[in-house]
Amino acid sequence: MSVDDSGTALADDQPPAPSRAARRVPPPLSPGRRVVRTVGEILITLGVVLLLFSVYQLFWTNVSADLATQQVTDQIRNDWQFGQHGTSAGAPGSAAAPQTFNPGQGFALLHIPRLGTGWVRPIVEGVALDDLRKGVGHYPETATPGEIGNFAVAGHRATNGEPFRALDLLRPGDPVIVETADSWFVYTVDNTRIVAPTHVSVLLPVPDQPGVKPTKAIITLTTCNPRWASYQRMIVTGTLVETRPKSQGPPAALGSGG
Amino acid sequence: MYGWLWSHLPGGRVGRPVAAVVLLLAVVALLFLVVFPWVEPHLPFTDVTVNQGG
Repeated sequence: MSVDDSGTALADDQPPAPSRAARRVPPPLSPGRRVVRTVGEILITLGVVLLLFSVYQLFWTNVSADLATQQVTDQIRNDWQFGQHGTSAGAPGSAAAPQTFNPGQGFALLHIPRLGTGWVRPIVEGVALDDLRKGVGHYPETATPGEIGNFAVAGHRATNGEPFRALDLLRPGDPVIVETADSWFVYTVDNTRIVAPTHVSVLLPVPDQPGVKPTKAIITLTTCNPRWASYQRMIVTGTLVETRPKSQGPPAALGSGG
Repeated sequence: MYGWLWSHLPGGRVGRPVAAVVLLLAVVALLFLVVFPWVEPHLPFTDVTVNQGG
């Protein structure tokens, strides 16, 4: 007897099925084969679920975040046009009381020409995951745009619209422009640094100097570093160099793409 | 597992593949709308803020 013959005989120990109907029912599996097959099926299923999760994370979160970003941008522009001003931070040095915003409310637009011609993202109040999905988030308790002190925002560097994907491209002197209902605030980048995730003193009115009274208006952008691991934070700081009423038109720093 | 599932799906020659597709779509929807959004905050890609909790 050949090997083939014995193998066939072992696998096919049932007598040949007499009819087509009977042949359609597979022979019952032995318990051992049943276990191996089920484990294999579970492993394949887990692999497919992980693949689906990559699709969700790399593609789906960006699609839904882009939709939300567009929606909030439109809503902010709409509010401005029809006079429901979400914000009106005083000019630097003015005695106006700090403005507060509702959590999740979009109140300003951020323009960073270095990140692309016409690059614009809404700034919403709050830095929870739901807020950051809509654009970049303003740390509550930090200054308002243009106000003396530290206007701090956070944005995703990977997934969920990834507004700050290329934040590492910013160089000293690059303009970072905040557009509010009635003003343009032009900041220029001073420096970029990498800190620990717990380094909250970058958010102080004067970064790293607790208790010191601020004398100038600065902006702080935070995102994760390295891009996909995020055991550090990338911090970009800039200083206010120009405040311009909307009536005077967009600032030159915005370029033609704004 | 899938063999057992297939044999327990309702419908005949036509209904069974349809039921299988519906079941598959339901599982994918559950993953995308409930499971993945729940898992997401536990991964490092979304940690972009500085805070005391790390």
